[in-house]
Amino acid sequence: MDFELSEDQEALAEGVGALCEGRFDIETVRAMADAGLDRGRWTELAETGVFSLCVPEADGGVGLGWAEAAVVFEQLGKALVPGPLVASTLAAGLVEGAADGSVVVASVERSEGPAMIEHLGWADVLVVVDGEGLATVATADLDARRSEQPLDPLTPVWTIEVLPAGARVGDAAAAAEWRLRGAMLTSALQLGLAVGATELAVAYAKEREQFGKPIGAFQAVKHRCADMVTRVEVLRAAVYAAGCTLDGNGVDAPERTVAVAKVLASHAAAACGKDCVQVHGGMGYTWEVDAHLFLKRAWVHDLAFGEGEEYAEHLADNLVQNRTGNPTS
Amino acid sequence: MDLRYTEEEEHFRDELRSWLAGVLPDVPPVPADHTDLVARRAYDTAWQAQLHEAGYAGIHWPAEFGGRGSTPTEHLIFLEETERAGAPYVGVNFVGQLHAGPTLIAEATDEQRATHLAPILKGEHVWCQGFSEPGSGSDLASLSTRAIDDGDDYVVTGQKIWTSFAQVADYCELLVRTDPEAPKHKGITWVIMPMNLDGIEIRPIDTALGSGEFAEMFLDEVRIPKVNRVGDENDGWRVTNVTFSFERGTAFISEVISSQRLLADLAQVAQKVTRRSGTAWDDAGIRRELGRLDAELDALWSLTKRNVSQAQRTGMVGPGGSVFKLAYADVRKRMADLAEQVLGRAGLAIGETMDLSDLDHVGERLYTLTLTIAAGTSEIQRNIIGERLLGLPRER
Repeated sequence: MDFELSEDQEALAEGVGALCEGRFDIETVRAMADAGLDRGRWTELAETGVFSLCVPEADGGVGLGWAEAAVVFEQLGKALVPGPLVASTLAAGLVEGAADGSVVVASVERSEGPAMIEHLGWADVLVVVDGEGLATVATADLDARRSEQPLDPLTPVWTIEVLPAGARVGDAAAAAEWRLRGAMLTSALQLGLAVGATELAVAYAKEREQFGKPIGAFQAVKHRCADMVTRVEVLRAAVYAAGCTLDGNGVDAPERTVAVAKVLASHAAAACGKDCVQVHGGMGYTWEVDAHLFLKRAWVHDLAFGEGEEYAEHLADNLVQNRTGNPTS
Repeated sequence: MDLRYTEEEEHFRDELRSWLAGVLPDVPPVPADHTDLVARRAYDTAWQAQLHEAGYAGIHWPAEFGGRGSTPTEHLIFLEETERAGAPYVGVNFVGQLHAGPTLIAEATDEQRATHLAPILKGEHVWCQGFSEPGSGSDLASLSTRAIDDGDDYVVTGQKIWTSFAQVADYCELLVRTDPEAPKHKGITWVIMPMNLDGIEIRPIDTALGSGEFAEMFLDEVRIPKVNRVGDENDGWRVTNVTFSFERGTAFISEVISSQRLLADLAQVAQKVTRRSGTAWDDAGIRRELGRLDAELDALWSLTKRNVSQAQRTGMVGPGGSVFKLAYADVRKRMADLAEQVLGRAGLAIGETMDLSDLDHVGERLYTLTLTIAAGTSEIQRNIIGERLLGLPRER
């Protein structure tokens, strides 16, 4: 057992982190709220191999594993990179053009009645997921209404009255795999959000002075920051374990480790976002400071690929079905 | 990152499992009376002797000092398997095995090591810890138990508290002030105090749980030979902190495994407890909290593996230990709240939960109060995390 990042994984995290810093600086990211998804930058992500990371080399992908994807998505989350990152990655190899970034793919879980869908108008193809499998719809064919004021300014939403059946591209097993991997990648994005919110809060606590000293010297603020990084470290262990397990390098079932990660992620990302606002005081409630962007994105991701609460119930069911309560290792 | 165990690690696990399967059926049940410390000592040291005979004593101690010299991962496997198999806990051997022993290995003279290390591993000597004082808790370095230099002896007078199992201990790792004029960290000395010396009085302290292992210790002109000093005079603070360099991220492994068992049992209990409409299990709020806590414990198990992997690579854990302890204590307190909610009136007595469970969910509820206090309060852990991990300025 060696649950530390390998040198290659560390280099990967550093490389993607540098790309985000250089090409997805916060001004560029914020501009997309009005200007829409920057397709040029999206293609740059594709060229770096973000979407084709887990596609086998023989099929033109990078050929890495889901553990590496977790490491990469943590960096994307931390930088608040907008767009349907998870759906486009899952669609690589399934939807023509997703891997190279020429086709942007959004996704939604089929439900009764009208559906609110993130990123729809930014995407070319919508993947609809249900118990039967996966289906694709060209977004140009859809009659959708855009919300004037989305919860997260960087996650635009559209409403469709009735989801069409679409063209079947995957069976029930493919849909289950889509959900499982999507939940892991979303958890990794949430981990990144928790990291970003924590770093922003800590930096402010070191610099902002009141009563003659940095506010981070006061235990009331210091302890809040300590709680933030504690959530981050526990979540990181869960997300990396989920990634490893999806690659077959784990000891538990992937369904379990992914559920664990999503439960933790849903809570930790939102809690760190709220704490980041609080540490900033009045400034935390302004549009100008990025704290609200971390929090809002955390709320959005909680609803993607299964809510944390849904996975919590699932885990509880397994607790009573597995009467010994003994996971293998 | 790879969570799978190597062939050697699996081999170690298999050997241990079959040894445990062979010996555990003959291990008697834990003495029923928790306040009978003599019985408790006999029980815990008998198990320690058994471990020693089988070559499992001092699993993490270097081989040259009688330990097994195992890797941090093997240590993890050892703690996991013994807990899952229901083997006795380290108990009264805690201070000797995990604190005094490692300190002696790092800092003691050859003669001191020869006298003390083997008896600790064999379960012959029990140690207690004389660190905290009524006036020195979180601010341990302010301790005031005084050691006067008198020829070949230190003459020690003062009061120690939370000296668990002092009633049945043979030795005490004792911190004393040898220089009251020096800054507080620079005037402390670490000494070995035999518990049979004149002038030592031990008074038990009852815990909120009603258990009897707590004690306070009054020292009245106790003559401790200077040859019992470990490290230099006035260098005791550094000697004390050397123990932490032995930390391999394994401190709470038995706890995590037993917490998982406790939570799974609580889920079963929830299915049996009847409410006005149905059972406690029918309450979605209770089910979800069970699931959330299961997730948190699983993540803490993964965090343990991260810390142990880090120790395996670098030999150190760093503030990861504080992060773990802070999160774990919080999870256990939430489990306690949930147990209260699930048990309802069946939680009105300690050690019996009607016919709902074999486990003592009420006693465990009380026990969780210690987790945010013992071995560094959660407030101190947050200071350590804030200052050492995040680089926030000190308040003082």
